[in-house]
Amino acid sequence: MTAAPPPEVLRAPLVVEFPFTRSLGPVQSAFLTGLRERTVLGVKTSDGKVMVPPVEYDPVTAEEIRELVEVAATGTVTTWAWNDRPRPQQPLDTPFAWVLVTLDGADTALLHALDAPGPDDVRTGMRVRVRWAAERTGAITDIACFEPCDDGPAGGEPVPHDGGFADAVTGIVAEARLDYVYSPGRAQTAYINALSERRTVGERCPSCHKVYVPPRGACPTCGVATTDQVEVGPAGTVTTYCIVNIKAKNLDIEVPYVYAHIALDGAGLALHGRIGGIPYDQVRMGLRVEPVWTEGGRYPDHYRPTGEPDADYDAYKELI
Amino acid sequence: MARYAREVAVVAFAQSDHLRRTDELSEVEMVMPVLHRVLAATGLKAGEIGFTCSGSSDYLAGRAFSFTMTLDGVGAWPPISESHVEMDGAWALYEAWVKIQTGEADTALVYSYGKSSPGSVRDVLTRQLDPYYVAPLWPDAVALAALQARALIDSGETDESALAAVGARSRDAAAANPHAQLRGPVPQGDYQVRPLRTGDCPPVGDGVAAVVLAAGDLARRLCERPAWITGIDHRIEAHSLGLRDLTDSPSTRLAAAHAGVFDAPVDTAELHAPFSSQEIVLRKALGLADDVTVNPSGGALAANPMMAAGLIRIGEAAARIHRGASRRVVAHATSGPCLQQNLVAVLEGDAR
Ligand SMILES: [Zn+2]
Repeated sequence: MTAAPPPEVLRAPLVVEFPFTRSLGPVQSAFLTGLRERTVLGVKTSDGKVMVPPVEYDPVTAEEIRELVEVAATGTVTTWAWNDRPRPQQPLDTPFAWVLVTLDGADTALLHALDAPGPDDVRTGMRVRVRWAAERTGAITDIACFEPCDDGPAGGEPVPHDGGFADAVTGIVAEARLDYVYSPGRAQTAYINALSERRTVGERCPSCHKVYVPPRGACPTCGVATTDQVEVGPAGTVTTYCIVNIKAKNLDIEVPYVYAHIALDGAGLALHGRIGGIPYDQVRMGLRVEPVWTEGGRYPDHYRPTGEPDADYDAYKELI
Repeated sequence: MARYAREVAVVAFAQSDHLRRTDELSEVEMVMPVLHRVLAATGLKAGEIGFTCSGSSDYLAGRAFSFTMTLDGVGAWPPISESHVEMDGAWALYEAWVKIQTGEADTALVYSYGKSSPGSVRDVLTRQLDPYYVAPLWPDAVALAALQARALIDSGETDESALAAVGARSRDAAAANPHAQLRGPVPQGDYQVRPLRTGDCPPVGDGVAAVVLAAGDLARRLCERPAWITGIDHRIEAHSLGLRDLTDSPSTRLAAAHAGVFDAPVDTAELHAPFSSQEIVLRKALGLADDVTVNPSGGALAANPMMAAGLIRIGEAAARIHRGASRRVVAHATSGPCLQQNLVAVLEGDAR
């Protein structure tokens, strides 16, 4: 048992990407399909307000609203913010203004970007018009951005629209990618560093003396920090197992194979790993196993029998 | 006190130092010392707590179910009564308070944490926006706050120098707060998203907060001067920014009315205003008189650990009552863009 040396904490890039597929209701479908066709639609509430972008339920009365109207592609800025340093994936990669725009005929404002030369060219109350994206798919980004325009407010009332378009868009895929730098913290860094030397280390709880492998820095029973590092294994005992008959995608292991809980010698709880070097139907509780490392492997590829006699049930029953 | 079935008080509060990075610590390693401190303040053991509730967000960590890891720091075996909100810990406190009101628990441990350092929090927060019309444009939290600030300036309610003064006052106050991330004078800096400058924006950092709640006479036994929660309520605005009057916060005003803020004067306010402009909006919504001490802790402009900064406001408010520095305090927490959701609590010390 040695006190853990202060390790250089590990860090690695972690990318989280998710393409959520989202369904559109009738109102959102009409709005986004309309954008594809260079038509801006809103909805009319029971008190006659026109909401752009449209929602399906009145935010005041919670009434369902379905009465679509077409509004102009020109409007007035109601507030703005100058963005000197556009971030990845924002609508423009040159400096631009975020704007809330009330389109002519609408009573509520739409958030988007305004392409203007500089902050001195933007003000609340200025007139703007939609710049359509060259390729449109039925998404809010079909509006590439707004641009300044000299026209006065477009006259006339919003025009009723049946929302009918050929080949309506019924869903969107909301792609997102977020970049992180993952750091596993002190305890898990020590565990991963030891694995690179083909050693397994855990940490002992100072209160209940259980040895946690892999260590996470805390004893979940006592709620205190585990700081005493303990080397465990390399051999261990199969405490329980299952036989896997389904081949996982991208996994180069023939089925059936055995996946087991293995209590490494000296560990206070079992970790899990694959059992090899023995026919699957001969694996048993109490089987003594040792890790098998492959060239360059960062953790044991699998565990194989050591040839020792099986462990007594009493020796591992607390670890099942 | 007749407002609710039971008297409930904050009897202890603890927080971490709030830091730009905590690479050497996993979430549980960051949370555990704070849990130990808050429990030690009451003399309670983890197993004696009736209900545990936490607040955090997987999007900050970039991992699913990240909150389960911190449960190791609570001592969740034998099994405990536990819950989690994917929100600021102020809402975890609300859940715990309800649990005590129902009589199902007499004590509660509430904690929350945010480790923003692994990711880019401005980009991460865009994922909480309307996924159809807004999130695909990736407007970040500073940009949305800047739209609100411009609306306030246009309405004549503030100007850039008044906003700068809010930031300066906050960090001056934080000089006396050993946990704060930004303490003392901080340059107002360049525009982040105009009209907001660096000094108008909160620091990005990692941090933890925890409180213990207790009911009735138990609270009196655990704490010399319990901070009674005499009112608490939370409200939300319509989710589309274009529908809202960004210069006002009717949800804060409504929550405050239900929490009884306007029934008697408050001497202190702990406001969760991550941007200087939002303090202007909140002061108006809460009708704060000029003699009310606002954010003596430095507020979110001095330390804004995501998911913990709101709970810290309640904790700081309670701590002032614990040490006899305040008598009746309003504590406020917010979540979402431009003060989307707002929780308001009134904390009071026993009349002496
Ligand atoms: Zn233990």
